[in-house]
Amino acid sequence: MLPAAFDYRAPTTLDEALGVLKERGDDAKILAGGMSLIPLLKLRFAQPALVLDIGRLPGLNRIAGQDGHLSIGALVRHVDVERNGDLAKQVPLMSEAVHWIADPLVRNRGTVVGSVCHADPAGDWGSVMLALGAELVARSASGERVIPVAGFFQDPFTTTLKPDEIVTEVRIPIPSGSSGGAYNKLERKVGDFATVAVAVQVEMNGGKVSRAGIGLTSVGATNIKATEAEKALAGREPTDEVIREAARLAAEAAQPKDDIRGSAAYKKDVVRVFVQRGLHTALSRAQEARS
Amino acid sequence: MKASMRVNGVERSADVEPRVLLVDFLRTNLALTGTHVGCDTTSCGACTVLLDGEPVKSCTLLAVQVDGRDIKTVEGLADGAALSPVQVGFHEEHGLQCGFCTPGRMLVGTALLEGNPDPTEEQIRWAISGNICRCTGYMNIVKAIQHAARLKQAAATAPSPAAVAAGGGE
Amino acid sequence: MSSTMHMHGGIGESIKRKEDGRFLRGKGNYVDDFVLPGMLHMAILRSPHAHARIKSIDTSAAGAKPGVIAVVTGELMAQHKLAWMPTLSGDTQAVLATDKVRFQGQEVAAVIAETKVQAEDARDAIVVDYEVLQAVTSPDGAKAEGAPLIRDEKEGQKDNHIYHWESGDQAATQAAFAKAAKVVRLHTFYPRCHPAPLETCGCIADVNPATGKATIYMTSQAPHAIRTVFALVTGLPEQNIRIISPDIGGGFGNKVPVYPGYVVATAASLLIGRPVKWIEDRNENLISTGFARDFHMTGDLAVDEKGKMTALRVHLDSDNGAFFSDAQPSKFKAGLFHIVTGSYDIPTAHVTADGYYTNKAPGGVAYRCSFRVTEASYLIERLVTNAALELGIDQADFRKQNFIQPEQFPYTSATGWIYDSGDYPKAMDLALDKLGYAELKKDVEARRKTGEVTGIGIASFTEVVGAGHGADFDILGLRMFDSAELRVHPTGKALLRMGVKSQGQGHETTFAQIVAEELGIPASDIAVEEGDTDTAPYGLGTYASRSTPVAGAATAMVSRKLREKARKLAAHLLEAAEEDLTWERGKFYVKGSPDRAKTIQEIAFAAYTNLPEGMEAGLEGVHYYDPPNMTYPFGTYAVVVDVDKGTGQVKVRRMVAVDDCGVRINPMIVEGQIHGGLTEGFGIAFMELITFDADGNCIGSNFMDYLLPTAWETPKFEMGETVTPSPHHPIGAKGVGESATVGSPAAYVNAVIDALSPYGVTNIDMPVTSDKVWAALRSKGVTE
Repeated sequence: MLPAAFDYRAPTTLDEALGVLKERGDDAKILAGGMSLIPLLKLRFAQPALVLDIGRLPGLNRIAGQDGHLSIGALVRHVDVERNGDLAKQVPLMSEAVHWIADPLVRNRGTVVGSVCHADPAGDWGSVMLALGAELVARSASGERVIPVAGFFQDPFTTTLKPDEIVTEVRIPIPSGSSGGAYNKLERKVGDFATVAVAVQVEMNGGKVSRAGIGLTSVGATNIKATEAEKALAGREPTDEVIREAARLAAEAAQPKDDIRGSAAYKKDVVRVFVQRGLHTALSRAQEARS
Repeated sequence: MKASMRVNGVERSADVEPRVLLVDFLRTNLALTGTHVGCDTTSCGACTVLLDGEPVKSCTLLAVQVDGRDIKTVEGLADGAALSPVQVGFHEEHGLQCGFCTPGRMLVGTALLEGNPDPTEEQIRWAISGNICRCTGYMNIVKAIQHAARLKQAAATAPSPAAVAAGGGE
Repeated sequence: MSSTMHMHGGIGESIKRKEDGRFLRGKGNYVDDFVLPGMLHMAILRSPHAHARIKSIDTSAAGAKPGVIAVVTGELMAQHKLAWMPTLSGDTQAVLATDKVRFQGQEVAAVIAETKVQAEDARDAIVVDYEVLQAVTSPDGAKAEGAPLIRDEKEGQKDNHIYHWESGDQAATQAAFAKAAKVVRLHTFYPRCHPAPLETCGCIADVNPATGKATIYMTSQAPHAIRTVFALVTGLPEQNIRIISPDIGGGFGNKVPVYPGYVVATAASLLIGRPVKWIEDRNENLISTGFARDFHMTGDLAVDEKGKMTALRVHLDSDNGAFFSDAQPSKFKAGLFHIVTGSYDIPTAHVTADGYYTNKAPGGVAYRCSFRVTEASYLIERLVTNAALELGIDQADFRKQNFIQPEQFPYTSATGWIYDSGDYPKAMDLALDKLGYAELKKDVEARRKTGEVTGIGIASFTEVVGAGHGADFDILGLRMFDSAELRVHPTGKALLRMGVKSQGQGHETTFAQIVAEELGIPASDIAVEEGDTDTAPYGLGTYASRSTPVAGAATAMVSRKLREKARKLAAHLLEAAEEDLTWERGKFYVKGSPDRAKTIQEIAFAAYTNLPEGMEAGLEGVHYYDPPNMTYPFGTYAVVVDVDKGTGQVKVRRMVAVDDCGVRINPMIVEGQIHGGLTEGFGIAFMELITFDADGNCIGSNFMDYLLPTAWETPKFEMGETVTPSPHHPIGAKGVGESATVGSPAAYVNAVIDALSPYGVTNIDMPVTSDKVWAALRSKGVTE
């Protein structure tokens, strides 16, 4: 199927882009990689009056570290994360998760920020960003605001982003030296969305978990931050029993539906299994990072 | 509006609606029908082309999006009558049957070998995991790309004609 | 171009494919690649409802959209008596809906416009007022008390039952069951899946008002049969209809039926006087075109105290969708399902089959099924493994002790099939040897002791292909012979045309190889053409693995006809008697004087330049081959799986495939066919599914929901072969294209069942997805 007609603008400066959104943001869609938007246009599920292509805006394709956080620009593609050796060392959770996204061809175009803003509850980056405690920088003609990812997702494909805003970067606090992460995803084949996926990030301090982040994919109306499970780990020594309890709490936080991929009971149990596996992996990586 | 790009080394442009997909621009406006359409959900990879050397799904790109960029399609693989190593590999190893997925897949193989001259079977299967084939079961496709890798290595290490004439080489 | 160019290319040589050149260069000629002057584009509006009455259709807004030439509805088609068309199973099917829509995705209207996007824009503006009706979504639903009558327009149709069909001996089978030491039952559902070739269906219909000739480019596996059907349906005289099936991007049975889109495009072209192109989208392909399977089967196997099978009883309910449109021989309502005794010497069997209408797309015979042999083979191989598990006998041993033995061939089965040749123990032994079966079983035991969930699955299938002998096999009355026409030019090159149609099987290479063997002309000197009904001799097309058994035989026969004329010419040239000449591939020579010889090339030249008095010029002929019997390829497949207890995911660790398709014309091409079928079998076993909710909404009408395996999931295959020639085929070859889809699903599933059998699990229906495996393990208290 082919898209319905739309106006198209490809501004070359951010100010130009924000100016267009100020006027026409209510019936416009932002095009970055296009791997989520263009399929919707083709199926005519989205019929915006205007497509605003931000692909020509300068300076948005960088991964840079500054002031204790990593900044990932709006045009950074999944494949750029895959290829970034520094990221692989500093935030292995991201490097592990990126391999699970779609397929190699889609990863050559799709963007990290675009994926987060698309807010598909089956999207992988949303859970990763929740687990990392990331925040988004949103610009509009009237200024800038920083939005913590926790609280950004409201409903499927619905966020707190306003129609006149563009997210220009996602900022990730650089994890400490003794940290580790893991992403486990159950997909039926390469390119499928997750049936269930779990992002785990832990930071250790003297044999105890100082911070834990757990993000759940495909088991609710949005990506889910398993807050109770995180609390059950924070400040504790990660024994098998503590891990089991965290996994149990995370499964409770999941709100999956029965569907063609499986029953809600199945998905909750896979959350439990993946949190356990994820924590074991993340903890041993944290151990390695320290030594 | 104007969609302009370099396709197989030649500057091409046409006036199109912004909603025209790159694959349709190639097939209809440029009459390059070697790139195929196999689905409507960005799932099958039959439409794969190289964008600045990287394989992408041309059904999920607007023609106007790739303004000024480099596109390579299957029609750009051969050098006149001489098939590329990947094309030779697919022929020699029976890496195609109906041929519908083959153009896109050969471009993925071409890009893979540019960055990784000696890929393992696992790396090959991973690289082509965005391209569906219904006919071959993938085994001969892996062999085809490995065959191409060997051809490229042999060409790279072959002595130059001048060296041979001067008594060097094998 | 290729490394095998210097080879002669006779039978048994793995020469590289002659057709590759254009595909490698992106110069394949698929239907959508053609552009005709003045060509228009068509988009079809489809029903969102599974079952609904059409109250009104308003096309006025659509007709006013830019670029629109015409909007066609069922009402307009009815005026030309084209709202309904015959199916290949003797039913009728709506071309464009008039009274009701009967499945989600059914064709309701069509827009013809200057460009495709204009047609789609206008399509959005068509307004249809539906009165939604209750949907029937299964045979049980079709039979239920108070079920809505789907085919209320069909005279004499009082319910949703289509056919009842039986085979075998009910009384003898009943008696055997009464005496049985053990009866094993399996109730299993072979779900609806779809061939999903990578190229969708489509056509360009060009009814030329100046010449009256209708040229239709069509994705068709059977162009001649379609031409005849078109002539009967449209009233266009058959000599003025030309169907051109150019390059086809995969068929797998999906491109055999006549689809409404072809008929509407042709009617539109006729009415408008310009060519009309219709290429369906993927969602249209999956939601409306010929699906496969959807059989609910119950099998009972009777076994005596010694573990010998004594009887088989099978009942099946077939979900045929809204119209009975199966592309299968007319005498068999459930295809060749009654091959279901498979590779086993079972003295008596009884099969009953009932077909039902449901509010789903029509079809059922497709996806490399050999006319329902996939369903039959799945049932018997699952039943046999279940019986072995229940009896505590090794899966392989139980099969071996019940195999039809080599000395029993030709073997007449309990349902009347005469198997031509086979050596099942040999193929089984080779498979087990490759597997390292004894060691592997020990390894499985050892792993199970540490809590791993792992298993081995075996399937020993017998296929029946090569339809078929005319008295038994016809489609809509057209007997299922096939044809080959061979013409040798003065310079010794040749042109071969056939009534079959490749969709990737390599006919341009393999059939040239038959001529190369029989007539001695190198394969590279032989052009092969198929698919243009103006030039190709009449044939029934390529599906059900019939090309090599039937058209291949015709090719050998016509080559031999030419060889006989060549002998006469050689005798004339050598001034010798015919009886004194010996044939050595490519030349005749005088017995005892090998230097007194004439090559086939010299003979060909003479056919135009130096003929004996009274002999007709030229060296050409045609043969229409009526096969005396089917051919019976067979094999044993074995699969090893490991199961993740936490997620239920299944990983195929090994897959061994031993096939016997008789003489292999081109081993490389044969193996390629098997690789492809093993992959489709893998997809069917583990992920492919078209299903429906209670309202008849289709789930699986796009590639996000209908899952196809990529190179990453697909296992590697370990291949083996045995060769047991067909005694009745001119070159001893059998068909092979569908063996792997027939035999492999049961092998994959048997492996999972074997892995779960220690916990008491006896069945999981396909697709065996991770959630089902998890649920089965959980129900037995197994978890991570």
